[in-house]
Amino acid sequence: MAKKTQKKLSPWEIVQIARHAERPNIADYTRLMCEDFVELHGDRLFGDDRGLIGGFATIGGERVMLIGHRKGRGVEENIEANFGMASPEGYRKAMRLMRLAEKYGLPVVSLVDTPGAYPGSEAEARGQAEAIAHNLEFMSTLKTPVVIVVTGEGGSGGALGIAVGDRILMLENAVYSVISPEGCASILWRDGTKAALAAETLKITADSLKGLGVIDEIVPEPEGGAHADVAQAVAAVRKAVLASLSALKKVPVAELVDRRYAKFAAMGRF
Amino acid sequence: MSWFEKPAEAPARVPTEAIWAVCPSCKAYVAKEVWRAADKVCPKCNYHDRLSCRERVALLTDAGSFKELNAAVSFNDPLKFTDASGAYAAKAKATAEKTGVGESVLTGTATIEGVPVVLGVMDFRFLGGSLGSGTGERILLAAEKAVELKRPLIIVSASGGARMHEGIVSLMQMAKTCAAIARLKEAGLPYLSLLTDPTTGGVSASYAMVGDLNIAEPKALIGFAGRRVIEQTIKQKLPDDFQTAEYTMAHGFVDRIVPRKELKGFLAKVLKYAGF
Ligand SMILES: [Zn+2]
Repeated sequence: MAKKTQKKLSPWEIVQIARHAERPNIADYTRLMCEDFVELHGDRLFGDDRGLIGGFATIGGERVMLIGHRKGRGVEENIEANFGMASPEGYRKAMRLMRLAEKYGLPVVSLVDTPGAYPGSEAEARGQAEAIAHNLEFMSTLKTPVVIVVTGEGGSGGALGIAVGDRILMLENAVYSVISPEGCASILWRDGTKAALAAETLKITADSLKGLGVIDEIVPEPEGGAHADVAQAVAAVRKAVLASLSALKKVPVAELVDRRYAKFAAMGRF
Repeated sequence: MSWFEKPAEAPARVPTEAIWAVCPSCKAYVAKEVWRAADKVCPKCNYHDRLSCRERVALLTDAGSFKELNAAVSFNDPLKFTDASGAYAAKAKATAEKTGVGESVLTGTATIEGVPVVLGVMDFRFLGGSLGSGTGERILLAAEKAVELKRPLIIVSASGGARMHEGIVSLMQMAKTCAAIARLKEAGLPYLSLLTDPTTGGVSASYAMVGDLNIAEPKALIGFAGRRVIEQTIKQKLPDDFQTAEYTMAHGFVDRIVPRKELKGFLAKVLKYAGF
């Protein structure tokens, strides 16, 4: 296994892997992890966000509702997907699909990979804050199992907006943070070049987050990172998701929701 | 020129700071006595200056009714965070001593025109009102107390957002507080959110925006991303009124803008409509 070499990576090096242009994106997961994926469009209020998508999916025979941020491959696709930065209509579409999942008795699988929610004036006008806040509230009481996988960048509130769940998985070289290392460096060090130091100080890597009790499980990546062997990386995620689903499906839904509440209530209780 | 304004040339020997308050918004000089009597609302431009949590409690609740809850819940330093200006733990401790509050939110029980409520009031002086793990825990416990006592919950926000020094643990407080509020709502209890200057970032994107009613003070800054970040993203200057309470109400995310003098009566009236 690649464990020994990868242990030597610095948090800043892991940030580079998490952002790698060839890192598996949601298109790779729907193609390689799912036997079927039926994308469903629109928030029924304003539009259809291309930076956050979702739909029915079948994984190893399990029917689920799959949602996730969408990073593109190449410039054109990335412009369409807004580099995985979702707008309010993306979060509202996710909520609509999760509500549908609850109604149809489907578990939710949420793939998190975003630099952050889109910081644009239109997103503000349409209530980016409200859209995220409402999802946090809604997901905490959702009456169906929810499995979260942080696959790449877990960028602050934009990530959390689809990341409240029963089981939180994180890829070995993914990162999850309250602010980007660059942003933190420019605010707290007043020096954007201190990003590597900020990345280290913020403790944004999977092993740190496991230690802090924020995630449940680390999904191993192929040597060199998930982009080095996309098929193998996706297969590992598939296996971990199926194991989580199978465990969660055994829990009565009322107990599941109570446990989810207790899980988040305990975060930051020292 | 009104009598409360400072003359263009203040007499040289008068100790200026002792007599005059300067409006942070329009920079007008206002006699301190007038400033206090107006609850820190500028008589010239109607800017609602920031209140400390104790000043806010005095403004909104019946005299002597406030009893603090969970004073022992304080900040944590899960990352052992140190930046260019030093250790977070030392800064938080100094702030706690200076402000006399152990976290960026003060929580407790109180009555508003006789109606018993559970109240949380943020204090911008405590590290910019940032949302730390102690803040999240106090808010969660306040919501649970409201459920236990079957009382409405009111939270007054004043915050720049998540507390970077607590990293991912700070981010998780957004989910934690919203989960507690969802439970309170499932119990059929009212939750009123009052957004004051400023309510941005991770606080606007969590408990501040999910009130049964979102109430704002005039001209309060309310938004998700910072103005500078947005301007860099869209490569355009934003209009002055962007992300004001007025802008936020016009876009449908605030129920009502209520001047400071009318807030207590307004809350009491809403609580009556809510059946309390
Ligand atoms: Zn003024």
